[in-house]
Amino acid sequence: MTTTVVEMKNITKKFGKFTANDDISLTLKKGEILALLGENGAGKSTLMGMLSGLLEPTAGQIFIDNKKVIMNSPRDAKALGIGMVHQHFMLIPAFSVLENIILGDEPNKKGRIDYKKAAQDIERLADKYHLQIDINAKVADITVGMQQRVEIMKALYRNAHVFIFDEPTAALTPQEIGELMKIFRALTDEGNSIIFITHKLKEIKDVAHRCVVIRAGKIIDTVDVDNTAEETMAEMMVGRKIDNSIEKAEITESKLMLEVENVSVEKAGHTAVKNLSLNVKSGEIVGIAGVDGNGQSELIDALTGLRKVKTGSVKINGVDMTNSPTRKITEAHVGYIPEDRQNVGLILPLSIAENLTLKSYYKKPFSKYGFLNHKIINQNGRDLIKAFDIRSQSEKEKVGSLSGGNQQKVIVAREIASNPDILIAANPTRGVDVGAIEYIHEKINEQRNQKKGVLLISFELDEILKLSDRVLVMHAGEIVGEIDPKNTSAEELGLMMAGKKVTNIQK
Amino acid sequence: MFNKTKLSAIAVPVMSVIAGFIVGAIVMLIFGYNPIVNYGSLFSGAFSGAYSIGETLRDMTPLILTALGFAVSSKAGFFNIGGSGQYLLGWFAAILVTLKFHTLPGLVLIIFAILAAALAGGLWSGIAGYLRAYFGTSEVITTIMLNYIAFYFVNFAVKNWLTAKGEDSSANIPSKASLRTPFLENLTQNSTFHWGFFIALLVAVIVWFYFNKTNSGFELRSVGTNEAASRYAGMSVKKTIIVAMFVSGILAGLAGGLDGLGNYQNISVSNSLPQVGYDGMAVALLAANNPLGILLAALLFAALSIGGLSISVFSTTPTEIVSIVTASIIFFVGIKYAFEYLINKFLTKKELIKKLNSAKGDKKA
Repeated sequence: MTTTVVEMKNITKKFGKFTANDDISLTLKKGEILALLGENGAGKSTLMGMLSGLLEPTAGQIFIDNKKVIMNSPRDAKALGIGMVHQHFMLIPAFSVLENIILGDEPNKKGRIDYKKAAQDIERLADKYHLQIDINAKVADITVGMQQRVEIMKALYRNAHVFIFDEPTAALTPQEIGELMKIFRALTDEGNSIIFITHKLKEIKDVAHRCVVIRAGKIIDTVDVDNTAEETMAEMMVGRKIDNSIEKAEITESKLMLEVENVSVEKAGHTAVKNLSLNVKSGEIVGIAGVDGNGQSELIDALTGLRKVKTGSVKINGVDMTNSPTRKITEAHVGYIPEDRQNVGLILPLSIAENLTLKSYYKKPFSKYGFLNHKIINQNGRDLIKAFDIRSQSEKEKVGSLSGGNQQKVIVAREIASNPDILIAANPTRGVDVGAIEYIHEKINEQRNQKKGVLLISFELDEILKLSDRVLVMHAGEIVGEIDPKNTSAEELGLMMAGKKVTNIQK
Repeated sequence: MFNKTKLSAIAVPVMSVIAGFIVGAIVMLIFGYNPIVNYGSLFSGAFSGAYSIGETLRDMTPLILTALGFAVSSKAGFFNIGGSGQYLLGWFAAILVTLKFHTLPGLVLIIFAILAAALAGGLWSGIAGYLRAYFGTSEVITTIMLNYIAFYFVNFAVKNWLTAKGEDSSANIPSKASLRTPFLENLTQNSTFHWGFFIALLVAVIVWFYFNKTNSGFELRSVGTNEAASRYAGMSVKKTIIVAMFVSGILAGLAGGLDGLGNYQNISVSNSLPQVGYDGMAVALLAANNPLGILLAALLFAALSIGGLSISVFSTTPTEIVSIVTASIIFFVGIKYAFEYLINKFLTKKELIKKLNSAKGDKKA
């Protein structure tokens, strides 16, 4: 572990007047996993952009294998053995796994693509690194975890020995994360090196050797992971003490806010939700834990009017709202933070202000007689930006240009500002940094303390256990058990999520 | 900070137009014609004198409206290829109403005829919208099919209902229903310029207002950019599709109505679908669906077609050269990414130089 494979020396990158990276130096050794920790917008992606040839540094030097290099394009970086696995995969859904891997570097035989050789090469690499992929499957048909393995294989296929992972676990289930960590170790065992961008401290603790903490474009410190506590790293990252506890107010009286009875939902011909019943009372957060794809999305779609309920009934505030249109459900004071912020929760090319009124644009005071009042819409935007600490240049900025955490804050701001009786939140902190997570958790808990009902669906066990008053475990479209989060560990919950009907798991 | 998106929104169409003219010039040079002389006569044919200007503006009128119609549907994410058929039905409806109700007073008759034209176009296009919303039928296919139905229906109706035996054209509309007036004729040396032009300008402003300032326009843009998010926000995607197609057809129908009352003054059996429906798509494309940009783009296309007539008057160059220019412009709009790439490259370079200069300044300070 002594040879240095990557050295970045005094790197500065400016965009106009804004300094994204300020005199950053770091080294990556052979066989090492180096974590890069920082909040959204701290400058991690910019730094890695320079290492992967997308950006050119304003000042500073980069050495690869002790040779000074100047990279003008991602192609140069690839040629030097640097492979980047992006957060949002760069795959063509309609192509097969094999075609995606070789795309751009197809092996030729007399001008024709030599698929046989490609398949052999890929299978050899897959065996070496224990990467299970089905090279003939279409990318559209495979899971997110598998897509990520395809991305890793793309880099391996191009002989990369330095791997940059940009928030690789943001879209993965706990099981898939475990798999990825195994792959990390397999890669480094073979002498490759990894730079791992993340803001999940647990994962850093789990696999990384050293951790570089970046805040506001500057390096705060480089620490030895084994000798540093998670809390210390978190504080270095955000620059203040993290308060991870939440305060739950005592709720004395409560009434039923949401009643779901024997609901079944179909998706593409099969039953995704089977005869499911649950209630949410005012002043409680009910968590639904479960592995992705066990009917959670279909259940929420049905509750919010985006999918038809086949049988059963949904009552909101005591009123039957089964299969009502989405707008009617919204108007019955249901707020909904959807799982997919970029494709469902927001319209990226529209402004922050327009997105903040996406559900209320047609109502007074934003609209009168069918005409929009942009003055009030923008004023509302400015108010919410301030109240919810959304970091942006102006309310007229396109929402698509905000960082993930701030995009999520826009959704949270809109849903909470609508003052709902019931808040449905699906993976509300997926892919956002610790600071924003803390903030969003606080806001959700605040709703509970204000005697609203909250239904929380999350793949993050820690989130579920921290926030919920009750946790329901969902498996294969059914609730397989209810647990008390105070007396249950993440491990026990994990077992139930895997489908083990351990009804007496509560001690 | 430089606003790159805004700059390229203007630069791309301008560059496309220039590139189109350059291609036209190269073709002329290859075949031994003088591009400078020809472009000169094109320009004077379109703009020299009140008569030419009147003709150009008259030609521009239906182009503005069919382009606006196309823009409305594409903002909502749909391609209304049926502008031609909707235009033809609008034209037919306007003439039919003026001939059948010729006893009404002038202004009432005109308003009635224009409304009939708009409604005919709107309903026709609305059929495609309904099929799309409730059955998912591709509006591209249905609008093309509806074009042919409109075409053969109008030919049949004109032949059987509006013309005398053996004739191919209807009677002319009474002059009280005409959008041409002695005032405008005097102003433009007896050109075919008519009041429809001002209606089209007004409609362009209304459509701009509709896109940006109304609930319905906001829904249109939302559904056009992200259907899933619109559904999540509680908008009715079905309703939006139908409204978009209906409004789109209204505009194309209006184009036909104004052309009928202002330009043609009657309706004849025709050999093919009117070209103006398709030209409107090109205009909207060049203007990137911006209503105010459509005015400029329509002016350009009208100038090309009216001015193009002069090319063969003053030289042996065939008028078709204008079609090459037009087609090239559309081609260059189609490859706008090439221009955006060039602009970006140019801007980054400039930014870099600026940065270097300011860095030097920092050091001095």
